[in-house]
Order: sequence, then C-alpha cells, then structure tokens
Amino acid sequence: MSTDNPQLHANEGIKTRSNYLRGNLAESVANPLTGAVSDEETQLTKFHGFYMQDDRDVRAERRKKKLEKAYSFMIRLRIPGGVVTPQQWQDIDRIADQYANGTLRLTTRQTFQYHGVIKGNLKKTIQEIDATCLDTIAACGDVNRNVMCNPNPELSHLHAETLKLADEISSHLLPKTRAYHEIWLDEEKVTSSEEEQEPLYGKTYLPRKFKTVVAVPPSNDVDIFAHDLGYIAIADDEGKLIGYNVTVGGGMGMTHGREDTFPRIADILGFCTPEQAIDVGEKVMLVQRDHGNREDRAQARLKYTIHRKGIEWFKEEVEKRLGYPLQEPKEFHFESNGDRYGWVDGVDGKSHLTLFIPNGRIKDTADYPMKTGLREIAKIHKGDFRCTANQNVMIAGVSPEERPNIEALIRQYKLYKGMHHTGLRMNSMACVALPTCGLALAESERYLPDLVGYLEEIMKDCGLRDDEIVIRMTGCPNGCARPYLGEIGFVGKGPGIYNVYLGAAFNGSRLNKLYRDNVPQDNIIPMLRPIIQDYGANRQPGERFGDFVIRSGYVEPTVKGHDFHDNVKYKNYMI
Amino acid sequence: MSNQRKIIPDNAPFTREETEWLDHFFTQMSPEQATWLNGFVSGFQAYQLTDSGVAQSQPSPGGLAIQQPQVSSVAEKPTLMVLFGSESGNAEALAADTKKLAQKSGFKATLLDMADSDPAKLSKESNVMVIISTWGEGDPPERATGYYQKFMAADAPRVDGLNFAVLGLGDTSYEHFCQMGKDFDKKLEELGGNRIQDRIDCDVDYEDAANKWIDDALKAFSANSETAQEPVWEVSEASAPVSPAQKEVYGKKNPFPAELTDRVVLNGTGSGKETLHLELSLQGSGIEYQPGDALAVLPVNDHDVVTEIVQVAGLSDDQPVTNKKGESVKLHNFIMEECDATVLSKVFIEKYNGFAQSDELTELLKPENKPKLQEFIWGREIVDLLIDYPVENLSADNLTSLMRRLPPRLYSIASSQRATPDEVHLTVAAVRYFAHRRHRKGVCSTFLADRIKIGDTVPVYVQPNKHFKLPESGDAPVIMVGPGTGIAPFRAFLQERETTEASGKNWLFFGDQHFTTDFLYQLELQDFFKDGIVTKIDTAFSRDTPEKVYVQHRMLEKGKEIYQWLEEDGYFYVCGDASKMAPDVHGALKSILQSEGSMSEDAAEEYLDNLKKQKRYQRDVY
Repeated sequence: MSTDNPQLHANEGIKTRSNYLRGNLAESVANPLTGAVSDEETQLTKFHGFYMQDDRDVRAERRKKKLEKAYSFMIRLRIPGGVVTPQQWQDIDRIADQYANGTLRLTTRQTFQYHGVIKGNLKKTIQEIDATCLDTIAACGDVNRNVMCNPNPELSHLHAETLKLADEISSHLLPKTRAYHEIWLDEEKVTSSEEEQEPLYGKTYLPRKFKTVVAVPPSNDVDIFAHDLGYIAIADDEGKLIGYNVTVGGGMGMTHGREDTFPRIADILGFCTPEQAIDVGEKVMLVQRDHGNREDRAQARLKYTIHRKGIEWFKEEVEKRLGYPLQEPKEFHFESNGDRYGWVDGVDGKSHLTLFIPNGRIKDTADYPMKTGLREIAKIHKGDFRCTANQNVMIAGVSPEERPNIEALIRQYKLYKGMHHTGLRMNSMACVALPTCGLALAESERYLPDLVGYLEEIMKDCGLRDDEIVIRMTGCPNGCARPYLGEIGFVGKGPGIYNVYLGAAFNGSRLNKLYRDNVPQDNIIPMLRPIIQDYGANRQPGERFGDFVIRSGYVEPTVKGHDFHDNVKYKNYMI
Repeated sequence: MSNQRKIIPDNAPFTREETEWLDHFFTQMSPEQATWLNGFVSGFQAYQLTDSGVAQSQPSPGGLAIQQPQVSSVAEKPTLMVLFGSESGNAEALAADTKKLAQKSGFKATLLDMADSDPAKLSKESNVMVIISTWGEGDPPERATGYYQKFMAADAPRVDGLNFAVLGLGDTSYEHFCQMGKDFDKKLEELGGNRIQDRIDCDVDYEDAANKWIDDALKAFSANSETAQEPVWEVSEASAPVSPAQKEVYGKKNPFPAELTDRVVLNGTGSGKETLHLELSLQGSGIEYQPGDALAVLPVNDHDVVTEIVQVAGLSDDQPVTNKKGESVKLHNFIMEECDATVLSKVFIEKYNGFAQSDELTELLKPENKPKLQEFIWGREIVDLLIDYPVENLSADNLTSLMRRLPPRLYSIASSQRATPDEVHLTVAAVRYFAHRRHRKGVCSTFLADRIKIGDTVPVYVQPNKHFKLPESGDAPVIMVGPGTGIAPFRAFLQERETTEASGKNWLFFGDQHFTTDFLYQLELQDFFKDGIVTKIDTAFSRDTPEKVYVQHRMLEKGKEIYQWLEEDGYFYVCGDASKMAPDVHGALKSILQSEGSMSEDAAEEYLDNLKKQKRYQRDVY
C-alpha cells in the first residue's frame, strides 16, 4: 500500500517514517527539559506500550507556576490471558511504588496499567518489567493488543488449552522489530545488511488497533462480541476442546456526533480446529491490514471494514488466504459477562478466589489496605494470579493446605470488603478517565462509585438489593469499559454531562441504545428512579433489566451495531 | 618682604598674595627642608588621587597642610593594614569603610582581601586590623580558605611585635559563632602579635557595635604606634563612618519600600516544597543591581509568635518599651518590627538564664555540654525557653534587651535589571517545619509567603556581591550549578546574557526533588533553550527514583565535556546549599579534573585554586 497518498491519515506517514517504530524516540525521551515526547513520537510510544498523558486537574495552575503540563505516561503490560506468577505480582507491585503513582490499575483487557510514570523513569520501568519476564510491546498502538482469555477455573483443563492459544496468538502476532529492545533494553543494534522485516505487519502495521479474545462458555466475561477477533471455545460432551467458533468485527469505540461511527457486535465467521486457530487469526488480521481504512481513523477498525464490504466478502477473503474453508459454527450458550466472585473449586482439587476490585484500582487506603494485602498473599501463594476482564483479580490454584493461610490474610487486610457489595456494584465498571486520560470528556472512575451508591438506594427501596444489573461508565465514547454492553451505560459528553444508554443483554450478546443524551449528572437519578421502580414492580420472573427496558418500550433493541443510532426515542434531553 | 627674591614665576597658578608668601618661604628654606617638601608634595598628590572622597570633602588641600603644621612628616605616617575575609560582602564593606576612616585618622592604610594575599606578608606590617566573617560550621569565607589554612598551620610565619585587633562577624544562631574571629585573634597572639584591643564578636546587627569598636581600635592603634601622630584631619563624626550606601537615597540605612507585584508558588500541586517566585517593584528607587547581587529584605515577625511571647512572659502588648532611638513604643509592635523573636542562641540562653537562674540551663551552658546545647537549640525558639524556664516579673525592657535586632535576610536576586528594569525578582524557599510539638516558620520566608499581600511594600536594599559575577567577556563559556533556589542568580545570568546578546555558551545543572512538581522556571528554561541562550541543561531529581540522584552525579556523567568547557576558559558557578551540595560539587569537579585531565588530587586542587584566582570558579552558597 502506497504511503505517499495525501489522503492517508497522518499517522500512516509517522509509521512509515519511523523505521519500524524507532523514530526519534530515544532522543525525545533523553531530553531533560520536558516531560513530554514530541508529537510524532507520542504516536510511536503507543506501539511500545505507553501513552503520554497529563494531569488535567492541574492544567490551569501549571502555566502560572512556570511549569509545563504535568506530563506522565500510562504504561500497559502485555499479559496474555492475564496470568501472572506470585513473584511477578510482587515485582509489578514494587514497580508501581518505585516509578508510578503507587497504585496498579487492572484493565478491562486483563492486564495492569501503571499511571504517573514520568518520562525520565520510562526506561528504568521497562527494564524492571523486563526483569520480571514481562513486556509492554504492542500493549497499545495499531497492532494486535493483549490477547484476553477467560480465566475459567472450574474447567481448568479447557482453560489451560485456551490460555495456551491466547499466549501463542500473542506471540505470533507480536511485532518483530527490535526497536523496543534497542531503545529500552540497550540491545545492540544488529548491523546486518538485511532490512529489518515485519513479516506480518510491514512498515505501516495495521490501520488501527486490533483486539483478540478467547471465551469459554458459558461465561462471556471477556465480552467476546466487543472485539475484532474472538474465539469461542467449543468442548465435546466430556469437556474436551474440539475447536473454536471464530468471531470478527466487534468493537466499542465511536465518535460523538458521527453517526457513521458505532459500536458493533461481532459476527460469527465459522468454526476452526485448535490446530487452525492461529492461522485463521493471522489471516483475519491480514485481510484487515490490506483492506482497513487508512484515511479516516474513526472508520479504520475491522468492524467498519466488515460493515462496508460485507461479512460474506470478508469470509471469502479469509478462506482464500487460508486455502481451506471454515466449518459451520457450533452451538454455544453464554450466561453472563460478569465475574463469579468468591471461592470456586476447580477440577484438580484446587480452589480459586475471585476478589472484587472496585474499578480495578489496586491501592491502599487507611481502612482498605488492598495493595498490601495482595502483596502479602503473593509472598506465600503457590498458584498464580489471574486478572479478569471485569477489572477484578483471581487468586487461582489454591491448594486445600494453602487456603487457610490465604483466608487469614484476606481477613487481616480486609480484602473481603469488596465481596460484600451489592450485585449492582459488583457488576459496575468504569474506565480511568480524568485526571490522566487525554480523551476523557467527563469523570468516570472517580464518579461511578458515588453514582452506584445512589442507585443502590433505589434498588434497596424497590426490593432489588441483591439483583445484578451491568453498569458501565466511560468518560468518552471510545469505549474502554465497554459501555455499550452495559444494561445501563453512561458515556461522558462534557464535564458532568453523560449520554445514558439502556438495554444491553446481561450476557453481552446485545448492545444497548441511547435513552437520553446530554444528561447533567444530578438528573441521572431522578431520571432512572421511575424505570427501576417499574422494573421492581413489573418485571417477569428472571427477567433482566436490559431485557425489561426493551419489552417495556423505554428503548428499542439494537440488533447489530449500524442500527445503534436508529430508533432512538428521546434525543436532546436538554430540550 | 623687600629683600626677598623672585622665585615663583608669574604664570604659576597662585594669587599674588600666595606667590609673595611662597617666594618668602622658599628664600628662607634649607636644602634639607627642600628635599623633605619635595617628597611631601608628591606623596600628598598621590594621596589625593587615591582617595577621591577626602579630596571632594576637603577642596582646599594646600591650605590644610599648612593649617595643620603639627604634621612634621607624611613619610612617618603609621601604616595600618585592614585585612578582610568576606563571603556576602559585609566584611568587605566594613573593611573598606575602616580603611577610609583610618586614612582620615592619619594612617597610611591599605585594604587587603585574604583571597589575594598570603600570611607571609604580615611580618612586614606593624599594624593590622582583621575583619572576618564566619560561615557554616565555623568555616572561613570561601575565598579566604587558603589564607586561613596557611595561617593556622604550624609553620605559619611569626608576627612578633605586630599590633593587631580582630573584628569578627557572625550570627549567634550558629553554633560556631564568630569562630574565625576567635581563631585569628588567638593565632595572632601565639605568633607573637600584640593585641592592642580586645576582639569583638558581632552578631547580624553588627553596624553600631562594629563602628564604635573600629573607632576605638583606630585610637588604640594610634596610641600604640611608635610613630604615632596626631590625626591630619579630625573626623567630625566618628560614629558615622563614610559609607558608600550613604551617598544613595535608598540603601542599607534607608531601605526602599518595594511593592510586591507578583507572587507565585513555583512548585506544582503535590510537591513537598514551597518555593516562591516574588516580583518587587523598584520603580522610583534609583536602585541598581547586577546579576549575582543579593537583595536584603527586612521582614516583620509573625504576629502570633510575638503575641505568644508577650503572653508567656506575663506582659501586655501595649506595655511601653524604649527603642534604640530612645523613644517609647508599644511592646508588641517593637518586637514585631525590631526584634529577633525566634532564633535561639547560646548568647540568648546565657542572657536569659541571668533572669531564669535555671540549674538545667546553667548545666547546659557549661563548655563540656556543647553538643547537648546544640541538640537543645535545634528546633527550639525563644518562645520555648520562655515557656519551659519561666521567669517571674520579667519586665518588658528586660525581655527586649535579651533580643538582638531583627536581622535582614539576603536572597540572591533572580532577575537581570536589563531584562526587568523596574523590578527585582526573588526565588525563596518557604521554611516551615514541625519540631518540639510546634509548627515553626522561617521569619522572612513566611513573611514573604504569608504576611504580605500583593500591593504591600517590603523594605529592601541591594547587597552587592562582586565575587559572583558573569565573566566580562560575553564570549566566555559559563557552567552554572544551581539546584533548588540556587537557580535564582542563574535566571538572572541567563536574562543578562540574553539581553546583552552574549555569544558564549551556557550550561545549567539544575536539581530538586521531583521533575513534575519542582522543575523551577521550567517553561522559561525551555524558552531559553529554544532561543539558544542555554546551550545545555542537565537535571537531577532526587526523589523520582529509589536511588537519589543529585547534580554532582550529572556532572560526573558529563565530566569530559565539563573539562572541555573549563579548558576553553570557561567559568564555573555554584549557587545553593553550602553544607552538602557545594562540597559535593567541588568534589565532583575535582574528580573530573583527575579523570579527564589526568591530574593528581593535588594538581586538581591547584587547578581549582587557579580558577578561583582567575575568578573562573565562583560560589554563592548558603
């Protein structure tokens, strides 16, 4: 693909010029006068796993203080399947104190983020991460991102196989440039006459980010339909893996005010055997590489390519490259996209504890020393830790002998605190947003806990205290916390103003729809109270809130994604 | 007069009366007198040329010599060397005033900086007055270190018969108060000198006591000098020495009320530091300053601190006390504005114990308990003493007599007058800490931070520092090491080099705790860099990483280049902390010379000594 096309997005030129993601990154990082990297390098850092951000709370004061913006970096780890050893947990924890803001942020894609790492510490941080046998390569950027996998402890044989797939896909689709190793790990540049190659990506990588997940029914905790490429593990009657249904073209992000952008539920492309899985994934990515939109980044994700060209065309193109056809998809059934909290016994005599981590933020507070508690557990734990797709953490593989010691630490550090929350809170998820995220239009992580508190009051009044409703909030429409899959979704429009979406499926198989736009935050509760009261009084047995609001006519169902903006009943709340 | 010969030509610049008088005089003159007069006239002329102040104030010198016929011989005028060691410029200014006074008092006086001299020269002198300040842990002024070490050495040359008197400048709030004065005084005696007046140890409000002592000392030197002569000219007011400051409308004696026009805390939210950028208006003052100079600020005490002192002393705010001018003023006001109401010192405790008669304090004041005393003083203030060792019936005048005068505080100026003609900028760290169950505040820094509002005026004067100056040549490379508030004079330097379009390279080393919140003047420095004013900047932020990184570590990383700059006749400046940073930077510089210049340790030290002599290694440390 030619890159001197003037129509191409500027980022395509940056990638082309970067000499496989090197650019002037080393020089830009070494400049001691500024905590920022230059504009072009800012784009390149993403491929290395970090984003430049600034503390937006203090923007106003900084200039007067003769200081530049309070720049820092968000560093995201690459942890396929979200599994880390207790030693890695301790290292990750220590690095947060040494170089980041002293907290760890679990993400919706099963990894850790550090926030507040200053430029001068980037290199040391990445070297420390490397020393724990982890990296940050391709954690962001126009590449295949961290590969997610259901951390399914009950069916641990199946999980082991699906985790292996996640790991192998991650390795297979990893950029091959040595830029990361040269810039951050001081690897000698190999003076070979051979031009460095990205056999899969080429000089310009992908048009846009590319997200891959593996789900193990009946749990859809990874939100399989919200990703570019998905594998739904299919087991036979004995629970033995026989292959995967492959899904393509899901995605959350959209742009306010552009109806040609929308969240989209993935299509099921077909079924493949475990041996074919990596090959199929590669070909899906390559079709997107060659046919994705490189002029308009808001139209560049695979979902738009498929929407534009049609799923039949896409399937043909993939099968052409594969050289064999995909099989018909197998039957499967999803129950929910939440996590199962508490202790669960696995098949091998070991048990697994999923802890609720409010908004995925691991930190110490005076009455909730969560970070210390998890570190203490890591010091004695013999199994491993698994980050879930809902920003929670699982202490996995606990032997019966080990369990009392773990439980003692849970009590000592009050880690059970997270377990006594309502079904509402335990199914709520917010992105980071203000103050660090440069995209945020409104608060999210700092506001949702309060909002859920008010909603809990209403639920209690309606006799719904223990009922679960999936609540998702993001500070912007880009969708990090997958807000369009919330039975109630809040998407920031401006400071203190949100679009409110209703009606997604509890198991993540249907998107929600806009109920009201531009709602001031103080009006959210008065607006939702009558709907929840109605739900409490008039729902059918077992009926989920997301289904109820459709049946009751509050919103029309969203079928696929491109109809996301259609049939909206009430717009312009302000009017 | 009829028999006199015509000797003075008619075109000589004299009146007819004078010509006649001279003709008569020369006719009667012996050859011996003629020789003497020859020497006298040339000496007198030289004297006039070297001391314009006297010449201006005595416009009729011819008449003077004649009106003072008791002066038989200028050649026999006693000599007096005024030897000083100065850091901030106070000792130097005092020495310069002393020299002038001595000249007026009939001495052939010379002024000598220890930095430019050697103790060996002392043996040739007959009278020497030493004026020296003490710094840090009883250290000599930076530039007098070499002199001091040689003089204190076992092989220091004898000074038998040398008349001497020593004036020490210091600060009673430091443990080693006036240690330098004490050392010189003792050593001069040991080496055979003759102390003609007892040493004086002056505190920060030294002026009055020092002037009186100098006056007495000059009289003592006169009386002790074998060739003592009556003064040529009487000094009309011995207590009011000639001071350059007096010539200005505003100065030390008459501080300018400068309006505070801007105040910003430079540290970002979340910082552990509180560094203020202050802008003061000098409009209408006529005050001039150079980059490298300091601004003296006269603070007012914290109201609550004074109120508590008055209360615990059992006094009332309105009680009348007598101020220095003999006027009756209210106690609270007087302490607020005139007295050092916080700093605890040995001197203060001694005086206070005169009233308190505390066994505990008496024990503490014993020489063998010096370390305990220091420990006691640390973190305590005057109010603690009043509370813990109460005195019954302490009168208001008793209380104020204990306190020394509230000293001005000096801050390195952070602006160039070329860049900001009517303003002076300061970079001030607000001092706040918690000790002995109380929150403590630095008097002047919190005065500037909290107790004045934008639009209020602050009494200030300029304290010149001619030993911290940019190179005369704009082409010379300049290396500046200024962590923390040490950045202040370098902001002035950079502004100066920008406005004068100096072409020399500039390299700044800056450091503080955290990059994000403590990079003082970051945006300005970015502009200086963008505009090519700053050629290089290296930073060290000590608390961003587990291992502490300081400016000297950055220097060592760039040793090769630093050596290159020095070899290109570069200038090296250090400003900031004297206790740790400056010695560490010095050490780093030395090891750079050793590694990059292949020098022995001694050779490196000598190289640095030479740099100092060439004024290419200057420090402003505190």
